[in-house]
Amino acid sequence: MAAIAMEVEAVEDQQQLVEMNNNVMCQLADPEGTPLGPPMYLPQNAGPKELQQMVNKLLNNEEKLPYVFYVSDQELVVQLGSYLQKHKVSVEKVLTIVYQPQAVFRIRSVSRCSATIAGHTEAVLSVAFSPDGRQLASGSGDTTVRFWDQNTQTPLFTCTGHKNWVLCIAWSPDGKHLVSGSKAGELQCWDPQTGKPSGGPLIGHKKWITALSWEPLHLKAPCRRFVSSSKDGDARIWDISTRKSVICLSGHTLAVTCVKWGGDGVIYTGSQDCTIKVWETSQGKLIRELKGHGHWVNSLALSTEYVLRTGAFDHTAKQYSSPEEMKEVALERYNKMKGNAPERLVSGSDDFTMFLWEPAVSKHPKTRMTGHQQLVNHVYFSPDGQWVASASFDKSVKLWNGITGKFIAAFRGHVGPVYQISWSADSRLLLSGSKDSTLKVWDIRTKKLKQDLPGHADEVFAVDWSPDGEKVASGGRDRVLKLWMG
Amino acid sequence: MAHDMSGLPQGDYIDLHRKRHGYRHDHFERKRKKDAREVHKRSQIAQKALGIKGKMFAKKRYAEKAQMKKTLAMHEESSTRRKVDDNVHEGAIPPYLLDRETTARAKVLSNTIKQKRKEKAGKWEVPLPKVRPVAEDEMFKVIRSGKRKTKQWKRMVTKVTFVGPGFTRKPPKYERFIRPTGLRFNKAHVTHPELKCTFNLEMIGIKKNPNGPMYTSLGVVTKGTIIEVNVSELGLVTPAGKVVWGKYAQVTNNPENDGCINAVLLV
Repeated sequence: MAAIAMEVEAVEDQQQLVEMNNNVMCQLADPEGTPLGPPMYLPQNAGPKELQQMVNKLLNNEEKLPYVFYVSDQELVVQLGSYLQKHKVSVEKVLTIVYQPQAVFRIRSVSRCSATIAGHTEAVLSVAFSPDGRQLASGSGDTTVRFWDQNTQTPLFTCTGHKNWVLCIAWSPDGKHLVSGSKAGELQCWDPQTGKPSGGPLIGHKKWITALSWEPLHLKAPCRRFVSSSKDGDARIWDISTRKSVICLSGHTLAVTCVKWGGDGVIYTGSQDCTIKVWETSQGKLIRELKGHGHWVNSLALSTEYVLRTGAFDHTAKQYSSPEEMKEVALERYNKMKGNAPERLVSGSDDFTMFLWEPAVSKHPKTRMTGHQQLVNHVYFSPDGQWVASASFDKSVKLWNGITGKFIAAFRGHVGPVYQISWSADSRLLLSGSKDSTLKVWDIRTKKLKQDLPGHADEVFAVDWSPDGEKVASGGRDRVLKLWMG
Repeated sequence: MAHDMSGLPQGDYIDLHRKRHGYRHDHFERKRKKDAREVHKRSQIAQKALGIKGKMFAKKRYAEKAQMKKTLAMHEESSTRRKVDDNVHEGAIPPYLLDRETTARAKVLSNTIKQKRKEKAGKWEVPLPKVRPVAEDEMFKVIRSGKRKTKQWKRMVTKVTFVGPGFTRKPPKYERFIRPTGLRFNKAHVTHPELKCTFNLEMIGIKKNPNGPMYTSLGVVTKGTIIEVNVSELGLVTPAGKVVWGKYAQVTNNPENDGCINAVLLV
């Protein structure tokens, strides 16, 4: 007994000593660098848990949000005192701690192939989940678009109508339409409920379609307009109710490779003529030209892309009855995501680099992100906008800070060029599909391989992680669609 | 007026007359007839012209005809140019690969399970199932050298050999088999039977020489020998995503006669 009492006393003494001597001057700040409250003394035994309580208090959050803390770009996982000791940081300086809100939900990683669905008679070129995650569609080289039933994991509708390979498909943010573009240059709009085309093909492009993007839901309530880019150097805005090309955005001298409809109501196009052009959407006027790349621009990513894609649907799987309600919720989600910072754009190019732009602020790049040793094929912002991931033909996926553009980590493991990547809705996991016939899931926190998913017999051309986080779909040259589950 | 003396028509008086009074009443009729006669006339000339004149005429006529053909072809092309290639081709690729140069790619043509099953059976279905046995005295030449022909226990391999990069010679005095450097190879032309293309690949080793284990261990390459080649540059991948780098191939020619090794990849 006596011995235990002695020990307890000793521990108390030690604690008192620590509290007396060792407080650290800390400054909390958000990822953009705006300070939260005045600098304050924090006890050294304060860990992430205590900091989380404090931030929630300071921000007057009604429901407690999870946060992750970073000190000079490294995650703080231990108590402040042991961090200081380990990294030999001066106690006399103000320690800046950056807090980052995390998703309140957590998505389980996928680990097994739940179904291999044959059906397509040629390579699967694109796979997309609907914004609410309930429907799945794929486009293939056999000139069909197919809808799949996720519950029974069987084919639902086979949509014929295209004259050539279906290169890209895109769901409208309200989930009511699917549009597909083919190698012959025509576009087709499908009704996901019946699998029937709504009207004839939309003709206008002279060469194949390279990308599609819908007008954000928070700008226009029932989705009507979308933009398509083509090899012929034009981008066209279409209206699905009048079934006509409204505006033709011409100006690029070479093929347009990527198009994105931004949340502020502007269109970004990236082209093989090494430029990115920003267009206004009511009259189709050119607002800005972003120059900097030395070779083709392959891919564009917007910081708000994920929220624009999912529209009003979030992890709670809530359904909405009226378009007005959807618009309101979508606007709310968009504003929450965007905060008060301008929209950021990342462009990946054949010159092996990426640029981070803030097109609303300036026509000069914010940073150049270098490090890849081969062309960058796909860039993608994480759903919370904190990270940028890039897939390159140098067999690696790299992770960058989405705000500053600083390099964070490289994910190596693929033995072939990485074609496409996809984020989980909680921004904690990243999926990549590669020419080496595998998919890999990467953990953002540990910066390590979480799951290796072999199974495809050939190159993987398209991957998509469902917005509700339940499933992953992938398709490739082996003509099957695979569904993966946790 | 010096040019008056030339004897050529002075001024465009015919033209002038036509402008003043119009064409002769039978002008077009005459012209049609003259044009119709023209071919006959030309044929007469072509038949009659001899020697240099004939040659010159033929040359001129040939040039005219060639020109005519070219013009016709050009016009024909302009009417067909608008036609686009609308056929649906095999081997669909996503839009991000459409503009890229497609390198010769090799598919995963055999999956590992099949391969394992084959190995279990211990039988390889090879392109050349039977080979002519090579006798020992054809394979080896007895060395006739040394004082009083004392080196007759030495043999020289008369066939092509593969000597691995890690090979260290024994002391030459005690070396029984001599593998001439002139007949050593480290590369083979390997044909992929399904891709129908040939690659110059590095050899890794000799898997089996059908004539016997001794030839296998010596690295003798004859027709029908199974060799292992480095296929890493073909970019073959197993279904699990690992790069395949060693694959077997069978030699299809007589390398000692041809000066090169031709082989077929076993898939």
